[in-house]
Amino acid sequence: MSGKLILRQLLRQGIVAQRMPMFKRFESATTASGATNFNKDTLKQLVNTNKVVIFMKGNPEAPKCGFSNAVVQILRMHGVQYDAHDVLQSDELRQSIKEFSDWPTIPQVYINGEFVGGCDILLQMHQSGDLIEELKKVGIESILLKEADNKDNTKAD
Amino acid sequence: MNIFRSATLTLRSAQLHRMSATPQTAPIEAAIRAALSDELLPVHLEVINESYMHNVPKGSETHFKVLVVSEKFNDLTLIKRHRLVNSIVQEKLAGNFVHALSIEAKTPKQWDPNYIVEPSPNCRGGFGK
Repeated sequence: MSGKLILRQLLRQGIVAQRMPMFKRFESATTASGATNFNKDTLKQLVNTNKVVIFMKGNPEAPKCGFSNAVVQILRMHGVQYDAHDVLQSDELRQSIKEFSDWPTIPQVYINGEFVGGCDILLQMHQSGDLIEELKKVGIESILLKEADNKDNTKAD
Repeated sequence: MNIFRSATLTLRSAQLHRMSATPQTAPIEAAIRAALSDELLPVHLEVINESYMHNVPKGSETHFKVLVVSEKFNDLTLIKRHRLVNSIVQEKLAGNFVHALSIEAKTPKQWDPNYIVEPSPNCRGGFGK
């Protein structure tokens, strides 16, 4: 059994949840079960811990919902680093984040601390090109844009 | 002409999704349809029960997808359109919001009558956990 698997099992049992940080950077699951309450202030902090923060079901390596998976895939396509929080680890987080954003469903995407939308909106922003613009505003250059630029440069040569 | 096309599309879509809905009793689907019709006066409306794609009992009404085409979206940003649809459904269902509501909210200008709604992404087993 790999170390990662053991850790995951321990986390599921809540043994090390208390000692783990609330989140890890880039494509790692949160262990929000360790936290006790999520009031407006703690959630505000949480959505500001990275330029892009998402609340999803499961974690980026193993999403447990098609809509959450779509969000992960879109962000991956753009090469975005983000914090992911698994609401299945905490019923309280699942409830309180819905109240915080006044949005009834998961996943939820935040850019620069601001609620952007769920899967449908992110998908449409991705398709329209707006996502690239929104990411640019917070200083993130989408790798899709870089790739497009590279192609243009090659053509110019 | 437009009205005719829209009617045939709705019919075709209804046939496509016939398998997913229980024809006799679909109270939630009917409630969503009625609320969105009343509030948004859509030129086109599709309410699709996608619950069959998920790990729920046959005939469940838990996962929905709606396509709403309405003049009322003309001056609203995407997120405001979605918030509006969510709040109409939420109010109608008196707090018992459905588990999933996927939304496509278009203005008549943005809508092509030949457009066919794509099904939502596959379930990955998180429901009920």
